Amino acid sequence: MLKIRLVKRENESLAAGIVVAAVSVLLAFVVGGIFLTLSGFSALDTYIQMFEGAFGSSYALSETLVKAIPLMLAGLGVSLAFRMKLWNIGAEGQLYMGAFAASGVALFLGQLSAPVLIPLMLAAGFAAGAVWALIPAALRAYWQINETITTLMLNYVAIIWVDYLVYGPWKDPNSLGFPLTPRFASGAYLPVLGETRVHAGLILAIIIALIFYVVLKYSRWGYELRVAGESQEAARYAGINVIKNIILVMLISGGIAGLAGMIEVSGITHRLQHGISPGYGYTAIIVAWLGRLHPVGIVLVAVLFGALLVGGFGVQTAGIPFSIVLMLQGAVLFFLLAGEIFMQRRPVLVRKEDK
Amino acid sequence: MNSEQIIEMNNISKYFPGVMANQDISFGVGRGEIHALLGENGAGKSTLMSILAGLYRPDTGIIKIDGQPVKFNSPRDALGCGIGMIYQHFRLVDNFTVAQNIILGTASEHIHLNPARAEKTVAEMAGRYGFDINPSLRVNQLSIGERQRVEILKMLYRGCNILIMDEPTTVLTPQEVKDLFGVLRRMAEQGKTIIVITHKLNEVMEIADRVTVLRKGQVVGGDSIKNVDENILTRMMVEHEVVYQRLERGGSTGQTVLKLSHLQVPGDQGYMAVRDVNLTVNAGEIVGIAGVAGNGQRELVEAIAGLRNPSGGTILLEGEDITRLNVRQRLKHGINMVPEDRIGMGLVPNLNIMDNSILRSYYTGEFISRGLLDYKKIGRYAEGLIKDFNIFAPNINHPVNFLSGGNLQKLLLGREISQKPRLLVASYPVRGLDIAASEAVYKLLLEERDKGTAILLVLEDLDDIFRLADRVAVMYDGRINGVMPVEEADTDKIGALMLGAQEMRGH
Amino acid sequence: MDLSIFIALLAATVVAGTPILFAAIGELLTERSGILNLGVEGMMLVGAVLGFIFTINTGNHWYGFAAALVGGGMMGAIHAFITITLRGNQVVSGLALTIFGSGVSGFMGKAYQGVPIVDPFKHAPVPLLKDIPVLGPVLFRHDVLVYLSIVLVILMWYVLYRTSWGLSIRSAGENPAAADAVGINVARVRYICTIMGGVLAGLGGAYLSLAYAPSWQEDMTAGRGWIAVALVIFALWNPLRGLVGAYLFGGVEAMTFRMQAAGIKISPFFLSMLPYILTILVLTIVTIRLRQEAGAPAALGVPYDREER
Repeated sequence: MLKIRLVKRENESLAAGIVVAAVSVLLAFVVGGIFLTLSGFSALDTYIQMFEGAFGSSYALSETLVKAIPLMLAGLGVSLAFRMKLWNIGAEGQLYMGAFAASGVALFLGQLSAPVLIPLMLAAGFAAGAVWALIPAALRAYWQINETITTLMLNYVAIIWVDYLVYGPWKDPNSLGFPLTPRFASGAYLPVLGETRVHAGLILAIIIALIFYVVLKYSRWGYELRVAGESQEAARYAGINVIKNIILVMLISGGIAGLAGMIEVSGITHRLQHGISPGYGYTAIIVAWLGRLHPVGIVLVAVLFGALLVGGFGVQTAGIPFSIVLMLQGAVLFFLLAGEIFMQRRPVLVRKEDK
Repeated sequence: MNSEQIIEMNNISKYFPGVMANQDISFGVGRGEIHALLGENGAGKSTLMSILAGLYRPDTGIIKIDGQPVKFNSPRDALGCGIGMIYQHFRLVDNFTVAQNIILGTASEHIHLNPARAEKTVAEMAGRYGFDINPSLRVNQLSIGERQRVEILKMLYRGCNILIMDEPTTVLTPQEVKDLFGVLRRMAEQGKTIIVITHKLNEVMEIADRVTVLRKGQVVGGDSIKNVDENILTRMMVEHEVVYQRLERGGSTGQTVLKLSHLQVPGDQGYMAVRDVNLTVNAGEIVGIAGVAGNGQRELVEAIAGLRNPSGGTILLEGEDITRLNVRQRLKHGINMVPEDRIGMGLVPNLNIMDNSILRSYYTGEFISRGLLDYKKIGRYAEGLIKDFNIFAPNINHPVNFLSGGNLQKLLLGREISQKPRLLVASYPVRGLDIAASEAVYKLLLEERDKGTAILLVLEDLDDIFRLADRVAVMYDGRINGVMPVEEADTDKIGALMLGAQEMRGH
Repeated sequence: MDLSIFIALLAATVVAGTPILFAAIGELLTERSGILNLGVEGMMLVGAVLGFIFTINTGNHWYGFAAALVGGGMMGAIHAFITITLRGNQVVSGLALTIFGSGVSGFMGKAYQGVPIVDPFKHAPVPLLKDIPVLGPVLFRHDVLVYLSIVLVILMWYVLYRTSWGLSIRSAGENPAAADAVGINVARVRYICTIMGGVLAGLGGAYLSLAYAPSWQEDMTAGRGWIAVALVIFALWNPLRGLVGAYLFGGVEAMTFRMQAAGIKISPFFLSMLPYILTILVLTIVTIRLRQEAGAPAALGVPYDREER
């Protein structure tokens, strides 16, 4: 009698990784399709419409990129923490704080010229995101307090904080009561590509991805992260300061997520407003995982998920709730998780004899 | 096979990735017998017994209990046949009391649990078999010997008639071993069948009625204990002639390399693990620390290596006070350490050989070109380690998790030795290794010693002490309570010191 | 403060704490068996939306609650399958379920936003007990589910600490190898506890949409599921302490509401931040001070693989 047994692989197979990722996406669409059909929509038409909305024209493509940029940044930030097995679920809050800080600079120092203002906003955005991650980081580093809960709680606090500002002290007096700040001065705008909304944040994201790649693979600090992410005991033995690294990694992770917030206000909305992020921070977690925590993977997956978001916005006109996007994202993630067992173990035919 | 046998295992085979753990093994045990399953580490004894205990399923073969063929899909099935296994690493829930651990998984008729009643039941049963145990204590409050007795009681409570013990004496002091053997004999007299998995010849001769020898996954021979002696058994266990004698004694140059004075090191839970240790290690000598695990050896080693801060006393290296230096500074001073936790601390799991080879030297300039890690240089270094230390691995990109115990240790030791230490500290360097691997490790350690390196070893097997050490220090309750040249030591003396007897100091 | 206002506040505290209490008890059971479930938020949302939809369409609250139990249980089963059978990463699986739950509930509930429930869930005052001064109005004039939640707490305590089932569950969470060695089916225990956790989370969510609000709003749990997870930690995995913690949060929520209504001049934004900040504070204090004494189930979050070598 032949049986299939799963036997541990020596190295995680790249081919298996890609296959599993692709199948996960496919299966997720099947699940989404079932829900769509049960609600009276045509699954196929919906998906085609989503695809066209995301890739069907050069404008669609540019919009896809627009949505992909914050996902790239937040995804890169989150992936750094995840490599150290630090579960930073707070990218959403770090993004909001980055948006808040950059907006503050833009609103109060708006008279400065762009070459000065933009770098200041970048610095502010990074710093705010980093500081927001510092509290959970310190709690985790010194007292082993679960960072999943603390980062998550701070998400809600950050969102409420921004709401407080845009409904209150920073509200645009001319906005007819809408929760947004006045428009930034033009010096605070990120340059855009041609007639599209694709802004320089894309370049920033790609540069950061490249830096990640080089640093993680070739630098001493990258080596330390690899060691500490696998075993804190081995890291101690190697003389690596684990506490310092936990805090540093969380700071950078939060800072990069903060940059995602900055580029949103500086490149897209040009003001701070309620709901600045449709859950980019949470989607970024899926992007990071699906991208296998690898900078190149993350950039590619971010584009895919940007397409999903754009497509999702588009089909709302047909009466399909935007929640379909969240459903698809969640489904992709848990099919991916289910499939991971195939990346770590390979199927082997075993002959079992019965006497 | 004899029909009076209570256990028959016929043609058993079991394959794990990379190794054929059991190959066509046929093996039998008589009722009421104390049967020793002998073999070096890696011979397949644990695997075979795990199959008997229902933990693993055999790829081929049949098991018969009391003449009836049986098939076990889980330990529960084996328990149903009266077979229970006690592992080297106890399967007890530390936070639970003795009584809770014993009744765990039973009592399905009484869903309701009354803690007091459970404890009374356990106390009664313990009395019946002559065990001395307090059922209301938590397991993490018990000594190792006591925990072992809880494991035995657990099996007896479930009506086990066949008890399998996996290397039961490894963690016991000589006195506790005597106590255990007494318990086993009493149980055998009451009709219980006991299988003891061991690699210790002297214990086999002392306790067993019959012995079966395994080598490299196969049965090599078996006989009544009356018909064999240690030499016959040794020859069955290993392929080549092993000289089980004391290896070459080295001559120390006399220069003191390490000097610990009144060293105090705190443990993890706030108590003082190392209380007042005075010890010297000279160039060209091996000092072996004997003692039951848990008397401060781990904390002592970590303190010397720079992984744990002493709270009092000094550590001098060739006269220089290094007490406050950190790990890297000590590496620079020539202190290298091989920890007991090989693949959790000494090597990084899931990383490959190349990455692991530079674990303690990646930050020096040696492997950096233009500010970045130079993988060509690292690769050459790793290849060098593999060659120089005879490490068996397909290539340097191989993850270390898949190396065998012996190769792991050779890699670890080789990496530390290649840094040319003045002082080499190693914890349990041959724990769990088979004879060939152990020999390789002995050879490496002796070569280091002959180069003039000072070596401090923490050892658990008294045989290894006699084989390797020039001087023996016994550690008990955070103190060194006896130091002597190995010629003056014998099992009884060391055993007594391990239990806390006081001795006159001598260096 | 006037006594009657204080009593009303306490009564509101109990009601506000009930959804969190259900979810927390469920999560406590799951974690005791060794599985970390971060999908509670998503499971609550699914329970809330299913409860609402079924109640509106059948006119009967009990069908709604039943649907919520099933929905929550199904999500629990998914989490169990991924983390136990497939040994997937527990943190990420929980997150996936939260995101999926948010999406599914938003999708299904779109048509029901703002739809009112015609026949509200009735209160069931306990005869005699309801007239005790102070305690009466605070504890005994609520709906049946509030009573159920308190009974569940006691039941959970009893099961965990006074039954052999509880011993088996706890052993699976402390040392699955030890449990396995005595024949306990660790996977089965964990499956049951994880699915039950989902069931209770679903119930908590349904209580929100059917009794507390009552209405359906996208993402209406507003993080309560996460607070429930935190609650388990600072209850130190003890159901009785969990009860206290749930009402503590209920209290903050009830107070926030009342302070706004009373026109007290604190920005509503800062009041709504309170539960989240409080969670971090309490979690910190409890973890630091009591770390040594009663810690997490030792094997929490670690998949159990019998043939792991």
